Amino acid sequence: MKQEPAESALVKTNQTGSSESSPFSKGAEDVNFGSLPIRFALFTPPSCFNMPCMASILEVRDLRVTYRSRGGPAFRALDGVSFSLESGEVLGVLGESGSGKSTLATSLLGLFCANALTVSGTVLFEGQDLLQAKPGELQKIRGNRISLIFQEPSVALHPTMRAGRQIRHVLAAHGTKGRRGFDQRTREVLEQLFFAEEAERIRRSHPHQLSGGQRQRVLIAQAIACGPSVIIADEPTASLDPTTQMEILGVFRALRKSLSLTMMFITHNPALLAGFADRILVLYAGRVIELGPAQGVLASPKHPYTRSLFQSIPPLASAPRQAGKKKLPAISGDSFSSSVPREGCPFEPRCPERMDICKSREPGLVNLSETHTVSCFRYEGQ
Amino acid sequence: MTAESHETSEPLVRVENLVKHYSKRKLVGSVEEVRALDGVSFSIFRGTTLAIVGESGSGKSTLAFCLACFEKPTSGNLWFEETSLSGLKEKDRRVIRRQIQLIFQDPANSFNPRWSVLEILTEPLVLQGNLSRDEMHPRAQALLEQVGLSSHLGEKLPSELSGGQRQRLGIARALGLRPKLLILDEALSALDCSVQAQIANLLMELQASLGMTYLFISHDLAMAAHLADEIAVMSRGQIVEQGAPEEILTHPENRITRELLAAVPRLDLSRPPLAES
Repeated sequence: MKQEPAESALVKTNQTGSSESSPFSKGAEDVNFGSLPIRFALFTPPSCFNMPCMASILEVRDLRVTYRSRGGPAFRALDGVSFSLESGEVLGVLGESGSGKSTLATSLLGLFCANALTVSGTVLFEGQDLLQAKPGELQKIRGNRISLIFQEPSVALHPTMRAGRQIRHVLAAHGTKGRRGFDQRTREVLEQLFFAEEAERIRRSHPHQLSGGQRQRVLIAQAIACGPSVIIADEPTASLDPTTQMEILGVFRALRKSLSLTMMFITHNPALLAGFADRILVLYAGRVIELGPAQGVLASPKHPYTRSLFQSIPPLASAPRQAGKKKLPAISGDSFSSSVPREGCPFEPRCPERMDICKSREPGLVNLSETHTVSCFRYEGQ
Repeated sequence: MTAESHETSEPLVRVENLVKHYSKRKLVGSVEEVRALDGVSFSIFRGTTLAIVGESGSGKSTLAFCLACFEKPTSGNLWFEETSLSGLKEKDRRVIRRQIQLIFQDPANSFNPRWSVLEILTEPLVLQGNLSRDEMHPRAQALLEQVGLSSHLGEKLPSELSGGQRQRLGIARALGLRPKLLILDEALSALDCSVQAQIANLLMELQASLGMTYLFISHDLAMAAHLADEIAVMSRGQIVEQGAPEEILTHPENRITRELLAAVPRLDLSRPPLAES
């Protein structure tokens, strides 16, 4: 199996590194590479994530971002997004292109495109509002406490710089240890993600000498180098072929176990979240339309959009096909049409179950259970 | 078309023992040979879909390029209808090229960003279509309609279209010259799940109405099984397994096929997307 290097290498570093504490630990609640076995014992199993005792590590309230658009009204990329990220959980963010997934990922760290017009709301991280933070304060958090993994590793990596040096740059931006400390830490991180004999070669390779999967691992190494509390992964497997995609998912799983990472995993493919995410947030036209435990959302999706999205994936039917090919139940239309500001539910024009009320009013969030909320009139008054 | 009609009809495309080697010149030392295709043989019958599935680097795209006359194979034979493609002169190749059209993963890169949708659609008609100036505009409009794009998009630039609309435009442009074979090189891979389903349905509709023949190249075994009449699994320049989709899905013989099958992410919760190690 190809995903073994991460697992086995991780176990190895746990054993060797247990005697000395890492210079990169920052307080008890942080990821402490030096005392991994103890952290692991304290790690709460996923079933407890929704209990009230779990502290949320990142809280987003009514986040709104608009972009300037050519000749038209401002494009509302995020339109009142609220959710919280619990410590130790994997939150899967599901949405199609244009739903605001990437805007969400970058705006949490105060990274905005040049054409961003207005930003409002709060992003609370350890009691601090990141949207109000000064650039210098944000710089201390980016890559250090919250790191971002982009979808295109070939673009995200510097083409003329060796992989090791790119990881060292992240460490140098946040650490105070000298060159030797950085080198040692770079090796450590790479050995977590690659076989020991491979890690040294990777460290000295340029991005073009690496395969797609290896490049993505280098990006992950960069992201975990400083021991962040939160990792935001924006479609980390989108450009990879399926076997490599599975391998990288395996890496995330292994890291999550050993470092008790809190993660936001952004994707357009719901199947990637099965068996990986703890909760799923469905984003449509910049709004949260469904949020609930992964099991619940995947097994019985409530919002018509989520339901039709799941149906549009071709099943790997093992039963022999009936004569003639069957069409997939695709969602008609295009999310782009919903970018025009209009009254009512943003999904109404494409919705197979629309009602009269959907045209005139926008549905609020309905609590189906303590943990599962959905934004649809179908469930109001139930 | 059903399986029974295959035996009676002639194959549209026949490939026999196709070999394509690329030589990679190193900075120092000898020339290294890369065997992109290493003896590939198959046939595609009219009105059917053959899916080629494999990991990146298995030679899928080289196969598409050889078939579309972009690359000259090192050895082996290619027949399109009754014409052998190997010994063709450039003039004859132009005639063949019209009948074989390619659609790429990201059509945005194959459109001129400064041209409007209508200009993009008329270009192949100007170059090869033998249509008069007056006939071109209605033909372009008809193409838009055929792929489900509304006619008011005609004046837009490709950058103003969504991913799904762009892929529809790519298909419309390919259909402009009334080709017999469409080669879809990872045509769905860059799209969202819901848009993939839309485009897959469009391809099926076109196949039913125009009797199109497809060579569907993909790494997504689930979508390949959904669209194709036959699947060929490629690895290292060779076809390692070939058969009907249900055969491949239920009784994968080759290790590569099994790996690809295991890597398909699934929605059912009983089976996690990757085995716990």
